[in-house]
Amino acid sequence: MDSTDNNKILEVKNLKTYFYTDGGVVKAVDGVSFDLKVMETLGIVGETGSGKSVTALSILRLIKQPPGKIVEGEILFNGNNILDMNIRELQDFRGNRISMIFQDPMTSLNPVFTVGNQIMEAIIAHRNVDKKTARIESYKLLEMVGIPDLKRRFTSYPHEFSGGMRQRVMIAMAIANSPDILIADEPTTALDVTIQAQILELMEELKEKTNSSIIIITHDLGVVAKYADRVMVMYAGKAVEFSDVGTIFYKPCHPYTLGLMESITRLDETKREQLKPIEGTPPSLIDLPEGCVFRLRCRYAIEKCRKEYPPFVEIEKGHFAACVRAQEFLSGSLSRVKK
Amino acid sequence: MDDIENPKKVNIDSSVEEGEVSIGLAQDFFMGRKYAKTSLYKDAWKRLKRNKLAMLGLAIVIFLIVLAIFAPFIAPYDPIDRVKEDSMLGPSGTYWFGTDVLGRDILSRVIYGSRISLEVGVIAVGISVLIGLVLGAISGYFGGVSDAVIMRIADIFFAFPYILGAIAIMTVLGQGILNIFIAIGLLGWASFARIFRGSILSIKNKEYVEAARALGASNYRIITRHIFPNSFAPIIVYATMNVGTAIIVEAALSFLGIGVQPPTPAWGKMLSESLDYIDIAPWMMVFPGLAIMITVLGFVLLGDGLRDAFDPKMKQ
Amino acid sequence: MTDNNKLLEVKNLKKYFNLRGGFLFQKSQGTVKAVDDISFFIRKGETFGLVGESGCGKSTTSRVILKLTAPTSGHAYYKGEDIFKMNNHELFKMRREIQIIFQDPYASLSPRMTVGDIISEPLEIHRISDKKSRISKVKELLKTVGLNPEHINRYPHEFSGGQRQRIGIARALALTPKLILCDEPVSALDVSVQAQILNLMNGLQKEFDLTYLFIAHDLSVVKHVSNRVAVMYLGKIVEVANSEDLYKSPLHPYTMGLLSAVPIPDPEAEKQRKRIILEGDVPSPIDPPSGCRFHPRCPNAQEICSKSEPELKNYDLSGNEHLAACFFAGKPI
Repeated sequence: MDSTDNNKILEVKNLKTYFYTDGGVVKAVDGVSFDLKVMETLGIVGETGSGKSVTALSILRLIKQPPGKIVEGEILFNGNNILDMNIRELQDFRGNRISMIFQDPMTSLNPVFTVGNQIMEAIIAHRNVDKKTARIESYKLLEMVGIPDLKRRFTSYPHEFSGGMRQRVMIAMAIANSPDILIADEPTTALDVTIQAQILELMEELKEKTNSSIIIITHDLGVVAKYADRVMVMYAGKAVEFSDVGTIFYKPCHPYTLGLMESITRLDETKREQLKPIEGTPPSLIDLPEGCVFRLRCRYAIEKCRKEYPPFVEIEKGHFAACVRAQEFLSGSLSRVKK
Repeated sequence: MDDIENPKKVNIDSSVEEGEVSIGLAQDFFMGRKYAKTSLYKDAWKRLKRNKLAMLGLAIVIFLIVLAIFAPFIAPYDPIDRVKEDSMLGPSGTYWFGTDVLGRDILSRVIYGSRISLEVGVIAVGISVLIGLVLGAISGYFGGVSDAVIMRIADIFFAFPYILGAIAIMTVLGQGILNIFIAIGLLGWASFARIFRGSILSIKNKEYVEAARALGASNYRIITRHIFPNSFAPIIVYATMNVGTAIIVEAALSFLGIGVQPPTPAWGKMLSESLDYIDIAPWMMVFPGLAIMITVLGFVLLGDGLRDAFDPKMKQ
Repeated sequence: MTDNNKLLEVKNLKKYFNLRGGFLFQKSQGTVKAVDDISFFIRKGETFGLVGESGCGKSTTSRVILKLTAPTSGHAYYKGEDIFKMNNHELFKMRREIQIIFQDPYASLSPRMTVGDIISEPLEIHRISDKKSRISKVKELLKTVGLNPEHINRYPHEFSGGQRQRIGIARALALTPKLILCDEPVSALDVSVQAQILNLMNGLQKEFDLTYLFIAHDLSVVKHVSNRVAVMYLGKIVEVANSEDLYKSPLHPYTMGLLSAVPIPDPEAEKQRKRIILEGDVPSPIDPPSGCRFHPRCPNAQEICSKSEPELKNYDLSGNEHLAACFFAGKPI
């Protein structure tokens, strides 16, 4: 990716994160490159095992070692490589410059401490403030994320909160030190539809207020369509397509992106008799097929796909794809999903 | 809605650090779910083989079994044969472990003693497991009053000191190897019932059990086909460890003189016989003592290893 | 029972759970009204969708219909006969005709049984055919659901989520049922695999003349599969209508909010769309709000809503049925 753009706050180059298991080497993330601009929302889309969560964990170096290991690549935050940081620098960095929200707000909060305590902890860990200031800050944060009945809630334990409320608390903790980047890993998957809408709106609102960038990891194309500026589609540990949201939805140039668009059920269409699924199942990350990883499920596969994994190249300005036939999709000589 | 019947369920996992949780999930996905190609038991065996301590435990246990079965061929002398002039000889080329007051070969007695210890260990624990499984199944599967009653009785058994209980039962039943089985077996069931009840409670609301019920499967079928095979791992682990405990209790009973009767060689009995001669013939105590220690260690190591092998996540 | 086409009719169904505490002498600590007086029917051959958020009672409804848990009160007529009044023998026979498919393809198959064991279990329980013909039947079923019959001796963990769901479907089909209760059958699956399973279920419905009760929280999936849809909120049905009508012109404010909350995978359309964000959390079913249970979150709520409970009434004048339980049904928010 060219680095002429000074706007980039995060740049990931050729990231490879492998897990060494009994069964063999799991190539969870295998050569992923992307960048994140200031105040941008980047959506990372993919199915289970596509490597989207591992990518996020790698950015914060939260990969547990063993069995995991970041074997290659660079993760540049404002030009500094996160992979070169020592433990102290890393501790100072996590939760401070980049913070993360996880899918399950129950397991991400410690059940034996009150919610207020945990937020204060997050503040004190990174800022040199006394308890009183931290308490006042915590109140402000909880108010900001829309926790009602603050006084009582401050001294409550996580299990006394509903799923949505817990996720609000997680968000409050994540933004406690006004980080530059907020990574949200399936933040609403465990929540109900109406609560999901509340949380996503809240994140959008906070992004405006705090001028931060967001990486949102999800399998929900609707969420991406609504909130993301740019989208990276992942499959079997690789980035297959990366562009602005409009291009991804209206002009996809990778058969996997295309397949995803066609296979989803949508609220805004009349009943279809048959859906158009992507046949087959994702390959085992231990034993990837030779050539293109998507080849075995691809309707457009040709002889060339067998030979080698196609490089992830810029097929038009700001539009990257890893498919030997991407140009054909782009020029329209191969038919695509209709809008 | 599944949680509605026990709304106070607390997630134990939640004390783990943020990052680790997600990685745990990822690991689960990579290792346990999609990419596993073998069954639980094969998998567990693979992990067990890599655990050196567990393999040492297994070696000890196998060695003991071989010793017990082939005792007549292995033992150099008859264990109850007295040779008056050879009384209290120290370890030597003729008597590797020395001899006791009555001039019996200690090595042969230790080898034969393994028979009693293993018999008691296996049979008594077998009785415990059997009672525990039945009562645990009733308690866990049917719940309600039967659950409350069985578990309260189990509590009483827990509260009662093991050895004291064994002594009490032995006094009532009288001496004899059969009664040792019964005494130790009766005392051990409570933990098995608890463990089994616990796994049943977690399994009985699983969807595959509901699926079986929706198919019209009988309670008997559900327990034997669906619940038993899925809750066996912790029982195996706990039973292995318990064999060690049972052996110690038997030794204690024999030591106190209410266990195995002379002249049958039993390690506990040998210890008590050695007491008076500690100063002049320490080998009389050392070898049976070592035998008990190594045996119990073997079972505990194996049990520990099995636990880690069945549930690698538990170790972390 | 005027409509002969009704395969299943549920009337005034209630399911309360007593929360108990203490040990030997347990005392009640409140009642969860998981399902509170709901009525609906399913016509032969149709797919009836039941949507709602977690805790609304939709899954409990399916468990009660199958009598996996006893109802508190009410009736469920299968082919005109009340399931709750059946004796054990009748119930056993009924179980051949009503089957269930579960949400979690990992939890719904016993990890210690082979695929062959799992799929032949229903045949075994109901003593259908001998062992040899059972095996060939299982192989046939595997083929029907799109799996390789050679894999009959494999264990569930050797399959992917989608394949496991196919195994679950094969088990449900083994007894050639008439009605299948599908409890969130695709919500644990990835999108590309969801479509495979939905297509499979659609095909099977035609091939075997099946009727589905399709329970899900995903509105777009429910819309895709269902002929008619009922929306549940806190143990109550708040709206029932033909799928198209419900999505085009929802009458109940909860339905409106629910539909609006689902983001559409279309960036341009999404930018222009005005969203209704329902405030607050779903209240606890232990002590549900008085009157209309939705009133604390409802933007249209008036005084009457907290005082009395609206009835489920028909608002369609053209002869179709479009039921809603709201005093201000159809009023935009």
